[in-house]
Amino acid sequence: MQPFITHAGLVMPLDKVNVDTDQMVPKQFLKALTREGFGRILFYDWRYLAGEKPNPDFVLNFPRYKGASVLLARTNFGCGSSREHAPWGVKDYGFRVIIAPSYADIFYNNCFKNGILPAILEEDEVDELFQRTEKEQGYSLSVDLPNQTISDQHGLIYTFEIAPSRKEVLLKGLDDIGQTLQHAAAIDDYEKAHASTATMYQAVDVKYYSNGH
Amino acid sequence: MTLKNLYQKIWDDHVVHEEPGKPSVIYIDRHLIHEGTSPQAFAGLKSEGRKVRRPDLTFAVMDHSVPTKDRLLPIVDQDAKLQFEALARNCAETNVRLFDMNSQNQGIVHIIGPELGITQPGQTIVCGDSHTSTHGAFGTLAFGIGTSEVEHVLATQCLVQGKSKTMHIVVNGKRPKGVTAKDIILAIIGKIGIGGGTGCVVEYGGEAIRALSMDGRMTVCNMTIEGGARAGMVAPDDTTFAYMEGRPFVPRGKDFQNAVERWRLLKTDDGATFDMTIELRAGEIGPQVTWGTNPGMVTSVTGRVPDPHDFKDPNDQKATESALKYMGLKSGTPIVDIPVDRVFIGSCTNSRLDDLRAAAQLVAGKHVAKTIKQALIVPGSRGIKAQAEKEGLDKVFTQAGFEWRDAGCSMCIGMNADVLPPHERSASTSNRNFEGRQGRDSRTHLVSPVMAAAAAIAGHFVDVREFDVAHVE
Repeated sequence: MQPFITHAGLVMPLDKVNVDTDQMVPKQFLKALTREGFGRILFYDWRYLAGEKPNPDFVLNFPRYKGASVLLARTNFGCGSSREHAPWGVKDYGFRVIIAPSYADIFYNNCFKNGILPAILEEDEVDELFQRTEKEQGYSLSVDLPNQTISDQHGLIYTFEIAPSRKEVLLKGLDDIGQTLQHAAAIDDYEKAHASTATMYQAVDVKYYSNGH
Repeated sequence: MTLKNLYQKIWDDHVVHEEPGKPSVIYIDRHLIHEGTSPQAFAGLKSEGRKVRRPDLTFAVMDHSVPTKDRLLPIVDQDAKLQFEALARNCAETNVRLFDMNSQNQGIVHIIGPELGITQPGQTIVCGDSHTSTHGAFGTLAFGIGTSEVEHVLATQCLVQGKSKTMHIVVNGKRPKGVTAKDIILAIIGKIGIGGGTGCVVEYGGEAIRALSMDGRMTVCNMTIEGGARAGMVAPDDTTFAYMEGRPFVPRGKDFQNAVERWRLLKTDDGATFDMTIELRAGEIGPQVTWGTNPGMVTSVTGRVPDPHDFKDPNDQKATESALKYMGLKSGTPIVDIPVDRVFIGSCTNSRLDDLRAAAQLVAGKHVAKTIKQALIVPGSRGIKAQAEKEGLDKVFTQAGFEWRDAGCSMCIGMNADVLPPHERSASTSNRNFEGRQGRDSRTHLVSPVMAAAAAIAGHFVDVREFDVAHVE
């Protein structure tokens, strides 16, 4: 996974609470077999009118936010479905950082699997960033993960909290399957110790399943 | 002795590796997969040259995109077809059991886990689907994960997890007639908000929860995620054990008795604490109807569509305004005056036998209103479908003007042909009323199965307590 250390970029404001993952990547795009190409359809129903004509009223289509890589959002961002297609879309579109007062658990977790930093700031700090973004064309933020700061060019500096283990995953771009497999002996031991109560009973009257079971 | 709540007991029993200040490696007892969120996980596994560690603990099913009409016809949707083929191929290559769409045991993943006895108390269960919380009804720690974590579990049979906070939701007193498990959970979400449970695992308790059948408890746990908590659970009791006995994957004979002895210990110790406690009185809950674009935008059927200014927070005002615009509703409209175009009874929330029996009892001898364009009954599994047909429920429904379909996720998510058209309004027993959820620009009102059935007959929402109440349990 691509490590995350620092990032500076244009901010796009999405001024809506409780943005759910159905809005980020609607159902019809969940039939894909790969992780690629979700940037084009990110926020599909809000972003496109009939015939995939860009909706001029949706913030992502405003010319001033073209090329944005910092997504400024409201509380409970990413609620609903566990679909990882949502952070795949966020990343593929070009966002590396999300800033919000809070996130839904599964989405928050999924961001770290994809090298996206979901930074948490206080509500009044997020309000201030919304105001600055609206006011100043080209408003950009610099994000420094080692020091846990978000700053602009006018001297504003906010610090954000992040669990040290989460921080490490992003900084090093860790492959967490590889990490867990380092504990293979402990997994073996666990399975042996629990074997007596973990017996999988072969089904008695299951009518049919494939693979010759 | 340290007093523990149920979550802490299950957690402690599954720690494979822990070190201070870091998330733990926890063991996963059952991994459920479906066609929608697994192809990329199998592809990742293959590209890294990794194997499925425990195919015997992994169960696959086709549910999200399956047609609910004739299964023997070719699959028209080419993308869906490719996904089904990928799942079949991946399962065959890795020796994972697959209930494909023609299996007699096929159904929605969260329906068949409990139905086949794959789900058992004290286990950890994950699936790449947020409604995995359903399985918590058995005193199981069950939650949804993303595709990267699906790959992680396939490779290691473990997950890396931080410990959650715990929330105790106690529903006291008796549930009034016409008020169902669905109304209880919608009322809870209305109270705590859709982000209220973020960071928490919920344990449900209280007289009204204990009195629920397993089908009802599953409905409550299923929608726990709509309140922001990844997992919800109910301590197992005699109701649980009676439901489980004799199911295909459940231990048998003396082994079952021994298992029940162990399962009885799965409860919160007297005096153990939670980070938060919420209490509700069942007697004060009425049949619920959502009016907005998330499950927390809900009121009693006796209520009215709210005004944005009913809310203090400017963000809530804005959200309400935008929701009413999307839903095509005017503030102050009585809920019972809202007409309905289509009715959907199904989904992992409300497609079990209890749900179908209650709805059938209500519509027996009546007919769907002329203004209703479609009324669908989609059983959660083929097992449920077969049992319902044995009881003659299919005939009750079809005679009343409903369509009787095959099992799958169907119009809850609209990934197959069962889509709610633009600007049409549904009374739906599913779990999400998000914008576009059932189809682009479609308008979803979440309700219980009896409320949906009554709306189908009346053509608009009605208070089921006044609607032929003798037939409503």
